[in-house]
Amino acid sequence: MNSRTTTFFKLAVMAGVLAFPVFGSDFYAEMIAKVMILAIFAMSLDLLVGFTGLVSFGHAAYFGIAAYAVALLTPKYDPANLWLALPASVLAAAVAAFVIGLFVLRTKGIYFIMVTLAFAQMAYYVFHDTPVGGGSDGIYLNFKPDAAIAGWAPFDLNEPLHLYYFVVAAMLFAYGLLKLVLRSPFGRVLVGIRSNEHRMLSLGYATFRYKLAAFTLAGALAGLAGFLYAVLFGFVTPEYLSWHKSGDVLLMVILGGMGNLAGAIAGAVALVGLQEIFTSVTKHWQLLMGLTIVAAVLFMPGGLTATPARIMARINGGKGNV
Amino acid sequence: MDFVSFLIQVLNSLQYGLLLFLVASGLTLVFGIMGIINLAHGSFYMVGAYLAFALTSLTGNLLLSIALGIPLAFVFGAILEWALFSHLYKRDHLEQVLLTYGLILIFEELRSLAVGDDVHGVAIPELFSASIPLSDNLSYPVYRLVISVVCLALAGGLYWLIQKTRLGMMIRAGSHDRDMVKALGIDINVLYRTVFALGVALAALAGMLAAPISSVYPGMGSSVLIISFVIVVIGGVGSVWGALVAALVIGFADTFGKVLLPDLAGLMVYLVMAVVLLWRPEGIFKKA
Repeated sequence: MNSRTTTFFKLAVMAGVLAFPVFGSDFYAEMIAKVMILAIFAMSLDLLVGFTGLVSFGHAAYFGIAAYAVALLTPKYDPANLWLALPASVLAAAVAAFVIGLFVLRTKGIYFIMVTLAFAQMAYYVFHDTPVGGGSDGIYLNFKPDAAIAGWAPFDLNEPLHLYYFVVAAMLFAYGLLKLVLRSPFGRVLVGIRSNEHRMLSLGYATFRYKLAAFTLAGALAGLAGFLYAVLFGFVTPEYLSWHKSGDVLLMVILGGMGNLAGAIAGAVALVGLQEIFTSVTKHWQLLMGLTIVAAVLFMPGGLTATPARIMARINGGKGNV
Repeated sequence: MDFVSFLIQVLNSLQYGLLLFLVASGLTLVFGIMGIINLAHGSFYMVGAYLAFALTSLTGNLLLSIALGIPLAFVFGAILEWALFSHLYKRDHLEQVLLTYGLILIFEELRSLAVGDDVHGVAIPELFSASIPLSDNLSYPVYRLVISVVCLALAGGLYWLIQKTRLGMMIRAGSHDRDMVKALGIDINVLYRTVFALGVALAALAGMLAAPISSVYPGMGSSVLIISFVIVVIGGVGSVWGALVAALVIGFADTFGKVLLPDLAGLMVYLVMAVVLLWRPEGIFKKA
């Protein structure tokens, strides 16, 4: 696809998403909101995996920490203030990512994968085993955060339609922010680190600081996703931090094609779509999921976004892989 | 804590740590030699435990089941390496993570289809079902001691295999420089298949040994997997001796953590890992 059709395609999708809740059912509107939240989550991980070359296998930790933050900040019989709870939750995730980043970024390659996983497990057990987070039952969020500023509320998150557009806005914000970051000199350094960290070091860049900043930013955006997820579904459980969640989001990034923000979104759509289809077919849907993943790795290198180009190349008489 | 209960906890720590070593040793070998990160390794432990359950219900004897189960697991590992993992050597870690993550889902669901999702018990073999009295009201089961002894013997066997045999020489050479090993005319594919199958057999054996004490339940693979990862990281990727030391450290940290700080028990292991990594980012026994 050339860039004009791509832009047209993106605009068409965006228009569809914006118009959907007006015409479509509530059930699917909630599902689209869920997909958009997971897309934020996947884009935040793509900043690390696809652009900086850091394969984090514990990204669910920041998602879950922010989700727990909003649940813990919400009083039992009152809503929390959105303008307080949202920044506080994102900050909690960012601080966690910063601190954990100090440890994990000392390691590389296989170690990095396993150490990020282990720290995420540690966070999981904090909420699972200690009384902080209500144990394995999790916490119900009885009230969605209140958007009032000094008595005046621009919107009400209890209205499904308002919440939907709030999520749309958040996703556009995350997409725009990451685009800006990647276009900036900072983003160029991250891409440089992915292709050759030693070269960046010898060019005089303190790569550790850049990686830590990227790790923290990715954690904060994962936190934004976790916040929205908790608000949308109204409860949090330790499963939000489990390594299955970390695996799922990694899957979205890779399914969509790494190093491509639109790909991360496509990955989120694909994963939720597949889950929906498979669960409607059988109780043992994870078997189909597993087979799909294995097949995707073996036969579809480059992910979904690279596949049209590969198919086109085949059709145009190209001899092999692109 | 009085002396007898302290002694019991020490024995439990040793037994748990040594059992984890069986799983982690295969994981670290596969990492070190083939450069493969295998999330499905915990599934082999689960497969072993369910194999013990299934074979024991057929034969009525756990020891016989283990004798049957080990070759089965070895063959299973060899087939898996041939069908899937041999395609992964040239792929990056990310794709390995993904494919093996998919495998976990497949194994779990196949297990659910074949045996269901119930928790099953496996009887301790009659021969080892006694307990040794340690005080008036405390005793220690012989079976746990047997597990420790078997694991220690296997650790010794692994040492002998890797340090003293021709296969071990090839394994050590392969982890240093695989191209050179190939150039010397050693069939690296056979070597890889053997090591992988060995790892699978060890993990499955750990599962079979653990089946009577932990019972057999869905998801038993993933908890062991993550702990094994921690052990491999602490010990240093590719180092079998590092894995042994780290497994014992984790065995003690976890067991005593559960006794002394029950609220933080789940965290203990990861705290140990964080401290070790601060001290040595590439594990205690980092290989050159």
